[in-house]
Amino acid sequence: MAQQQGAYYVPHGSKWPIVGAVGMFAFMWGAAHWINGNELEGHISIAIGAAIILTMLFGWFGTVIRESNGGTYNKQVDLSFRLGMMWFIFSEVMFFAAFFGALFYTRGLSVPWLGGEGHGAITNYYLWRGYTAAWPTNGPLDIGGAFHTIPAWGVPLLNTLILLSSGVTITVAHHALKAGYRKQLLVFLGFTILLGVSFLWFQAHEYIEAYTHLNLTLHSGIYGSTFFMLTGFHGLHVTLGTIMLIVIWLRCAKGDFSKDSHFGFEAVAWYWHFVDIVWVMLFLFVYVL
Amino acid sequence: MATHAATHDDHDAKPSFAQRWLFTTNHKDIGTLYLVFSLIMFFIGGSMAMIIRAELFEPGLQLVQPYFFNEMTTMHALVMIFGAVMPAFVGLANWMIPLMVGAPDMALPRLNNWSFWILPFAFVLLLSTLFMPGGAPAAGWVMYPPLVLQSGESLAFTIFAIHLMGISSIMGAINIIATILNLRAPGMDLLKMPLFVWTWLITAFLLIAVMPVLAGAVTMLLTDKFFGTSFFNAAGGGDPLLYQHIFWFFGHPEVYIMILPAFGIISEIIPTFSRKPLFGYKPMVYATASIAFLSFIVWAHHMFTVGLPLGGLLFFMYATMLISVPTGVKVFNWVTTMWKGSITFETPMLFAVAFVILFTIGGFSGVMLALVPADFQYHNTYFVVAHFHYVLVSGAVFAIMAAVYYWIPKWTGHMYSERWGRIHFWNSVIAVNVLFFPQHFLGLAGMPRRIPDYNVAFADWNMVSSIGGFWFGLSQLIFVGNIVYTVYFARQKASARVWEGARGLEWTVPSPAPHHTFEVPPVIMPGMLAHDDVSH
Ligand code: HEM
Ligand SMILES: [Cu+2]
Repeated sequence: MAQQQGAYYVPHGSKWPIVGAVGMFAFMWGAAHWINGNELEGHISIAIGAAIILTMLFGWFGTVIRESNGGTYNKQVDLSFRLGMMWFIFSEVMFFAAFFGALFYTRGLSVPWLGGEGHGAITNYYLWRGYTAAWPTNGPLDIGGAFHTIPAWGVPLLNTLILLSSGVTITVAHHALKAGYRKQLLVFLGFTILLGVSFLWFQAHEYIEAYTHLNLTLHSGIYGSTFFMLTGFHGLHVTLGTIMLIVIWLRCAKGDFSKDSHFGFEAVAWYWHFVDIVWVMLFLFVYVL
Repeated sequence: MATHAATHDDHDAKPSFAQRWLFTTNHKDIGTLYLVFSLIMFFIGGSMAMIIRAELFEPGLQLVQPYFFNEMTTMHALVMIFGAVMPAFVGLANWMIPLMVGAPDMALPRLNNWSFWILPFAFVLLLSTLFMPGGAPAAGWVMYPPLVLQSGESLAFTIFAIHLMGISSIMGAINIIATILNLRAPGMDLLKMPLFVWTWLITAFLLIAVMPVLAGAVTMLLTDKFFGTSFFNAAGGGDPLLYQHIFWFFGHPEVYIMILPAFGIISEIIPTFSRKPLFGYKPMVYATASIAFLSFIVWAHHMFTVGLPLGGLLFFMYATMLISVPTGVKVFNWVTTMWKGSITFETPMLFAVAFVILFTIGGFSGVMLALVPADFQYHNTYFVVAHFHYVLVSGAVFAIMAAVYYWIPKWTGHMYSERWGRIHFWNSVIAVNVLFFPQHFLGLAGMPRRIPDYNVAFADWNMVSSIGGFWFGLSQLIFVGNIVYTVYFARQKASARVWEGARGLEWTVPSPAPHHTFEVPPVIMPGMLAHDDVSH
């Protein structure tokens, strides 16, 4: 359509955005009801919302892929997509920053204060006498009961190696795509997916271990809170990333993407690297230190 | 040339109502949607303020239950911040940024539509809590734990509503950044952009940086309440103050999110009606950037009384006071732009001049609050309420109104009623001072904020303030009347340039701006831009 030289491209209207908004509303409405104990109403509304959101994703991405394959987009549109993805990832970085901030603040400042350091001396004396600051901790009242932590040099190290190598395989896949080696592309992208899945498998295993043997749960005071929220949100992102990888693999298998125009692939690769870097931070600050 | 390439569907047939407004990818329509939504929210939030001022008209409890009063203060703030002020600025950005940089639309038009349509749903979630068992959230818009964790059913709804608003803001901001960085017409260099565009670029960055942090903070509230975490529970090793740190790491940049676009608007209007180029264009840009940077390192000035270590108090006091330097640069430049200009005072200019004066008063009270020992007295009193209403009502809201009067001829092709614009202005500007100036006295005398009843010693100024409040509220009906008049009834046609002294690409397209503008990049001629030769 809008491919004439020098012309801008403005997409035609679409029903998907408002469909998405309705789906998000139904989902959140249901989630709030569910949390407040209205199980049935909540579940129904969540299910409807999720179904609508999925339909929207298929429909919207489908439209964009069709338009893109049809050669509708120009360089400028491509750059807009890139900027969009970059800043979206930046917003995700800031979301994780809030939880890392919570970890650093409690470890570095408020737990020592609870233990009587600095201006916390009097509070410690009157409120929490006998509590000595330490990390890991579940607080002066031993919330959740005694627990053990997961040693860094076992599964977490393995998972670090897994994610780091997945960063390599996706880069190899990208080079293969640019060089036009379809087969190599599919194989290495496939490896990346397998690595993502095995990361999730080990992570699930670790959670089960924590809950069944270590008594390390979401209820284990501030350690359990930061541990599970950080690794949990990260795991959620790996899950999303893996789904995105699978979609990209299917598209590659179908023959989508050309040597020099494959923004969808690159966006997923960026996202995957972001998830990778977050994990390295997690490994360092949650497990090792 | 290729003018109606991508848009032929709009020319072929008149789109149905749903196609036009629900499925739209047109920045002008989406801008209009945002602005109408914002106006509705302004009146919903305003009615809550009227309830608050009616209860405070006299000492004693007369109209509402204390708990409902708290619901009103909380909801008033949430509705005004997230429903009225922020969407109004996004609406103005949608309408004007593509016109100002010579772009055909926003960079990601469908995302744009999504950003908007999330908002009404988010507010259905939020406002529905008013009708729930246990009522709406009542722990203040800052939602401090442990108090907020005692909310009833409303907590989860409020948190999810905030998540939705955050998603909407982030996507809107991404779109604005992509538009400004990628869709500028050839020749529209970064340092030739109108200041409204510059301030929005920086605001969008702030939004993407801090809305996710707010999302994180309220998510921790959610898990603390419903899933057994201990982020804000000292018994489990957490800290209630952690919430305040995270919240204000969002919260202080948030107040600049609500004022930087206003700075941009004022920097457009004052040169136009002074018939002089803006004084100090580059310093304005750099001042905006430094304000944005500093806004990340001042958050604990909201927490001076919670028991921070002395070093922290000092750091945050000095950092906060530093902000008044770039802010001072701005005020200086606005005044200097007017200096020796041939000024006329049409309604937008009246609001802009009032902005400069009244915002500065708010800035002064801010600097007073930034002094740690003084803030020990002022914190949580009506002095704080006076401060932020000066910067937000006679600041942000006045700038929005100035912008509407300034650009509505471009939007509709008709002039608003100047006479009623002036009547609206004079009523608003007097009423806003009757409303908020006495609150300084009340605060200095020790009247706490968020309280439905008070000592009789505070009776007189409260009554004055309430009268100002009703007066201000009623005056806004004139505003709505004038808008309706301009859109549907006005006869006087607006020219393309509209204002004699206006410069910039947005004034080169006809009024009303056609549904699609700049479908091919405009050729920028010398003298077309307001900031053409800022090199020296
Ligand atoms: C020179 C600039 C400014 C300084 C030094 C400043 C300083 C402060 C300080 C120290 C407080 C905390 C007072 C307390 O709670 O005891 C405060 C509160 C507040 N300020 Fe400002 N401020 C400035 C500009 C602004 C602007 C531009 C806005 C918004 C447009 C704003 C909005 C607010 C709000 C909403 C609060 C109250 C938040 C709450 O507790 O609910 N301020 N300001
Ligand atoms: Cu602040």
